[in-house]
Amino acid sequence: MKKTYKIDVDCANCANKMEVAAKNTPGVKDCVVNFMTLKMNVEFEEGADHKEVMKTVRENCKKVESDCEIFLK
Amino acid sequence: MTKKQKNNLLRILAAAALLIVLRFIPSQRITRFVLYMIPYLIVGYDILLKALKGLKNRQPFDECFLMAFATIGAIVLGLTSTGDYVEAVAVMLFYQIGEWFQSYAVGKSRKNINELMDIRPDYANIEGEDGLEQVDPDDVEIGTIIVVQPGEKIPIDGRVIEGTSFLDTSALTGESVYRQVGPGDDVISGCINNSGLLRIETTREFGESTVSKILDLVENATSRKSNQENFISRFARVYTPAVVYSAIALAFLPPLFLMISGRDPLWSTWIYRALTFLVISCPCALVISIPLTFFAGIGGASNAGVLVKGSNYLEALSKTKTVMFDKTGTLTKGVFEVVSIHPEGIEERELLHYVAHAERYSNHPIAISLKKAYGEEHDDCQIDSSEEISGRGVKAVINNKTVLVGNEKLMRENGIALEPCTKVGTIVHAAIDGQYVGHIVIADVIKETTADAMKQLTEAGITDKVMLTGDKKEIAEHIAGEIGIKEVHSELLPADKVEIVEKKLTQKKNAADVIAFVGDGINDAPVLARADIGIAMGALGSDAAIEAADIVLMDDNPQSIAKAIRIARKSLRIVYENIYFAIGVKLLCLLFSAIGYANMWWAIFADVGVMVIAVLNAVRALNVKNV
Repeated sequence: MKKTYKIDVDCANCANKMEVAAKNTPGVKDCVVNFMTLKMNVEFEEGADHKEVMKTVRENCKKVESDCEIFLK
Repeated sequence: MTKKQKNNLLRILAAAALLIVLRFIPSQRITRFVLYMIPYLIVGYDILLKALKGLKNRQPFDECFLMAFATIGAIVLGLTSTGDYVEAVAVMLFYQIGEWFQSYAVGKSRKNINELMDIRPDYANIEGEDGLEQVDPDDVEIGTIIVVQPGEKIPIDGRVIEGTSFLDTSALTGESVYRQVGPGDDVISGCINNSGLLRIETTREFGESTVSKILDLVENATSRKSNQENFISRFARVYTPAVVYSAIALAFLPPLFLMISGRDPLWSTWIYRALTFLVISCPCALVISIPLTFFAGIGGASNAGVLVKGSNYLEALSKTKTVMFDKTGTLTKGVFEVVSIHPEGIEERELLHYVAHAERYSNHPIAISLKKAYGEEHDDCQIDSSEEISGRGVKAVINNKTVLVGNEKLMRENGIALEPCTKVGTIVHAAIDGQYVGHIVIADVIKETTADAMKQLTEAGITDKVMLTGDKKEIAEHIAGEIGIKEVHSELLPADKVEIVEKKLTQKKNAADVIAFVGDGINDAPVLARADIGIAMGALGSDAAIEAADIVLMDDNPQSIAKAIRIARKSLRIVYENIYFAIGVKLLCLLFSAIGYANMWWAIFADVGVMVIAVLNAVRALNVKNV
């Protein structure tokens, strides 16, 4: 399953770091952060609860870039 | 400007003003330190906090940490020896100016690009009880009747049920070509209704309509990253730690060496050099400008009617050496037209008259083109009988004369001596009451722009042009000769086309060369997918083509291929300019700072100055007007 989330982040390098952090979160199969459109496309593992996974993704991203935000609708 | 940007701008201005004022206030030692800490904290407190948080989360090597470390180091040096705090404050100040500029420039280009792609309709008109009602296009169901007034955008794909008008397709194709539409015609969303009121029955939901699909495609394009972007993120990942460790080495190793050899270790000099090193090192110029260039390039291209599905395809397009074309519909119009009339013993018009009448009841493409060439064929001529002879032609009785219209076989079987024709195309012979009266040549016509497009492609550095077609050999070769394509493969089935593309892919001289295939959609889908890049042409309204291709040309003008290649080249040129410029300047400054030639001010230029220049350069990719 794929979902797109709006994000807010200040610099392109920070966006790259978020991408790596999200990719390393359990339950996330793949993730692409698009700094130019401020969007995060997340592909989840089969059977993963995307709401729970995204909470962890958000925490992990906050760890690498304290200024970022992911809008979890 | 966002609230955050305004806020930061105020902080920058306040700190800069304070810094200037402090220059004129004589102060000593500890008061001096305290005074200079005011602008430093005003402009840098968030950076210091972020650096701390980074340390806590074990992510030490980010820009904030570099800046915090370098400036605190400079302050400590000031306290212990030089008594100079201006540099520390200035580094923080300029770093923030750079950040501010970056955020402003990126925000601005985001807005510009979104404006370029401003084809999203805001509302749809539905006829309610009291006149027209504006509703959200998302809420309109399939089969709803919507009303589009002159000057409005068509919000949803559909079919005209009432009214006629001219549609302006320029928002989708980049070129102002007007299409006339009337009842029964399919219309696509994103076009602007130019003249009359249209009532349209929607055939799709908004989310499935052309305009939504295009927007979706372009907005997500930069998610498919190019090699350069991947290179930069990998580069940044190793680069920052590498610089930090080198800085530490630079701070400690030379003084230790000096100490061991019994000389003055010059601690403060080497630490200062190491700090300068850190300031220079910030990778932001690269990390921001490369994706920005691709984003701007893709945005600019879509404004010119060229949709690129990913940064990687823009990159591939710029390296294209070989372009393979489908013939029908790509290089030619894909419609049969009468190209010459050779009468025998009767007038041209009369020959056409008989032929058109004989074909009155036929819907064969050839019959249609013959009728079209004659014009209004429904006069009071009498057609007593008309009989289609499969694989041969038509036999009809017109005004009491027996007319035979068809191919050579038909003539031979009826014992009519015919005049062979040297022209290439489909030849339609005609005989009246057993007497041969001449023939008409029908052929697919080359687009007016094709020849020029081929010239432009050669100028753009395309070395090989290849035509692939299912059409007959002589027709294919004739057309190739007209437009200057040397390599022709004819009488191919779709599977043969794939085979030829695969053969070409293995025969590449240089692994980096790219082979592009240009086709007009549905039946070319396998070839579009197999080539390095598939370019679909004339895709307006054809979903299959948009899905299968990597690059979509919204109009059916082959000149757009060359234009797309030029846009890609320009974007990639800017990308490389930025990579070489930023890395070059930084390495040079790093070298100078290590040997002591560069001070903090150099470092500030290498960091902020380079970034500003790189961002300004990146934004150039947006302008594709004169490419």
